[in-house]
Amino acid sequence: MLYRENGQFKTTYAADQQIFTITQDKWFVIAVIAFAFIGVPMIADEYMFRAILIPFLILALAALGVNLLVGYCGQITLGAGAFMAVGAYAAYNFQIRIDGMPLIAAVLLGGLTSAGIGIIFGIPSLRVRGLYLAVATLAAQFFCDWAFLRIQWFTNNSSSGSVSISNLQVFGWTIDAPVEKYLFCLVFIVLFALLAKNLTRATMGRQWMAIRDMDVAAEVIGIRPMYAKLSAFAVSSFFVGVAGALWGFVHLGSWEPAAFSVDRSFQLLFMVIIGGMGSIFGSFIGAAFIVILPIFLNQFLPALGSIVGVTISTAAVSHAELIIFGSLIVFFLIVEPHGLARLWAIAKEKLRLWPFPH
Amino acid sequence: MKLRALALAAAISAVGLTSATVSTSAVAQAKEQFFPVLVYRTGAYAANGNPWANGYVDYLKLVNAKGGINGVKLSFEECETAYATDRGVECYERLKGKGATVFQPLSTGVTFALTEKAPVDKIPLITAGYGRSESQDGSVFTWNFPLLGTYWVGADVAIQYIAKQAGGLDKLKGKKIALVYHDSPFGKEPIPALQERAKMHGFELQLLPVAHPGVEQKATWLQIRQSKPDNVLLWGWGVMNSTALKEAQATGYPREKMTGIWWAGAEPDVKDVGAGAKGYNALALQHSAEPNAKVVKDMLDMVHAKGQGTGPKEEVGSVLYMRGMLSAMLSVEGVRKAQERYGKGKVMTGEQTRWGLENLNLDQKTLDGMGFAGVMRPVQTSCLDHMGASWVRIQTWDGAKWVPANDWYQADEKLLRGMVMNASRKYAEEKKITPRTPEQCKL
Repeated sequence: MLYRENGQFKTTYAADQQIFTITQDKWFVIAVIAFAFIGVPMIADEYMFRAILIPFLILALAALGVNLLVGYCGQITLGAGAFMAVGAYAAYNFQIRIDGMPLIAAVLLGGLTSAGIGIIFGIPSLRVRGLYLAVATLAAQFFCDWAFLRIQWFTNNSSSGSVSISNLQVFGWTIDAPVEKYLFCLVFIVLFALLAKNLTRATMGRQWMAIRDMDVAAEVIGIRPMYAKLSAFAVSSFFVGVAGALWGFVHLGSWEPAAFSVDRSFQLLFMVIIGGMGSIFGSFIGAAFIVILPIFLNQFLPALGSIVGVTISTAAVSHAELIIFGSLIVFFLIVEPHGLARLWAIAKEKLRLWPFPH
Repeated sequence: MKLRALALAAAISAVGLTSATVSTSAVAQAKEQFFPVLVYRTGAYAANGNPWANGYVDYLKLVNAKGGINGVKLSFEECETAYATDRGVECYERLKGKGATVFQPLSTGVTFALTEKAPVDKIPLITAGYGRSESQDGSVFTWNFPLLGTYWVGADVAIQYIAKQAGGLDKLKGKKIALVYHDSPFGKEPIPALQERAKMHGFELQLLPVAHPGVEQKATWLQIRQSKPDNVLLWGWGVMNSTALKEAQATGYPREKMTGIWWAGAEPDVKDVGAGAKGYNALALQHSAEPNAKVVKDMLDMVHAKGQGTGPKEEVGSVLYMRGMLSAMLSVEGVRKAQERYGKGKVMTGEQTRWGLENLNLDQKTLDGMGFAGVMRPVQTSCLDHMGASWVRIQTWDGAKWVPANDWYQADEKLLRGMVMNASRKYAEEKKITPRTPEQCKL
């Protein structure tokens, strides 16, 4: 209805290998990104930036990382929160221990450290699979929680165990205002999403998917499981680690290990499952669903109550929020087990035929 | 899913989103002093968060019933944090846009996060009886007000109390004191002060962390059973406290030798244990349960009798309810003081309130006049001292209620001042803050 690919012929291999083969799709995505860079800073207020957009972007990046591992390579992980913590604390230590460390370098080094730790905790994946692997990665979570709580060196001997960072600067540009923080995160997420998209279309991503679909068959056609699985762990942990560093530096500013507890790991896994496994776009919708919906419900319910003329107590709102949130998760999983991204794809399919379905 | 259903869902969520944005941008009325209230009425710490929140809100209602602050009515809005740092930050961002006067997060974790944000937004942060201990130094922590006491004060007084039981500070030598603490910034705060005291008096400090939320303490109490410390300090919050007391009962550790921080000394902590907690001591942040105070009577007459009470009537006057009331009172008095300088009957901004809090001077006569006779002692803050008072009492659970002892303790000012200055200077250096000079203080 809105658009069709009729008449768009691919005449070169380059045209066939585009990320978005349909012109309208390409322009739509470019328009969305342009809007995020130019339009959003003009209309969003401080609350929108600090409480909704920045957490959404950073957690979407983390979900993207988890999706590479869980959705593309089929290795279930419950250690994502730990890798976020590694990224955050590593970046913190690089930042304060090395004089004149540039911010971006610290964040990326945090990601690299996390990738290294990810490889170590990915080793069990060579032997165990599925739920057993999930339990094995849970070990990463508990180990990191322990390490950052107990080993004083990681927190620079802070007596309370809480570390903080301030005065973020990139090439003399002080990232201070919410809109600057938003743009800083946005640059990261756009670049990393592009990277992820290309990775999954390249050799590495194809190897991951082969392993996911059937690892014995993949091995038979010449894919090395060790390389494929560990590279998935490394890349995924790198993404998650960078997200962790951003979460600590840009969003919280001051944090303790509880910010990266096992709840965070579950949250990230749920984002991937609800958003859509094996879908870049799904990571974003999943993150939006999990980050924004509870906050939205929390504000919408009292507003709804006041329209009807009922004052709902704070506790009742919180309980209702959890109930509705939980039921929506169940609802969406029943209606579409492949996640919200699949729902979106179906909607597009239907719209193509509308208003004249077969 | 059918296309129609999908379109419908999209439309409904769009409408919902719009209405939510509209409702958040609705600004508080101009002539009212707006108090954001961060609470946790759900989650693992709800049992303790509830009475505090009810006391806080009820006091604001009481002030309104008495005619407001020089005629300025108070408005307030609650936001649920569930004791989680990220939700706390979200609440802060949500409510600050409505012209927030002062924030009281009732969580040390959230306090750490907001300490970075408060100077930027110019909103004072009151942390009565919690928060960062070094934030007592107002020259560096311009916007933090750990009024009435910090955890270092608590730790110091707890040691003084134990020494008194033992017969003097010199008797502490060779003793073993275990700290059972909530493994979070809240629980870790007292450690430096305790270590300092341990060095001075030669007692051994045993650190026993308990993971959030604190229902699993078997291993901790097994360690206590093995090492047999002379005293146990309990630095817990919420369900951790009652669990610790039950475990102490199970392992046969005498409750008389346990001393809790003021957050481990309220009714929800001991009620379930009942007679099993008999003899357990806890610090009282000046007040204990005060069912006979005049302000409590006022509250029952002017708020609860009119059906305006937030929580159940029985709760009024309980320890945490009183703490909530005191916290609210400190905010309100800060605004009142600010009005003296910036104009009576006007709505104060966060910056003006900060001045009020920094020049707070509540003498006994004022306090008695407000109905706080016997509840608390005078508080006087200054630019350099954002704490104002460090009076602490000891209260004992007799199996049915908290009984405060008559002697008052005060933290060793000389000892703590040095620690506060060291820690705050270190913070200032890290954050590149230039401490305010006495001249700047006068502004």
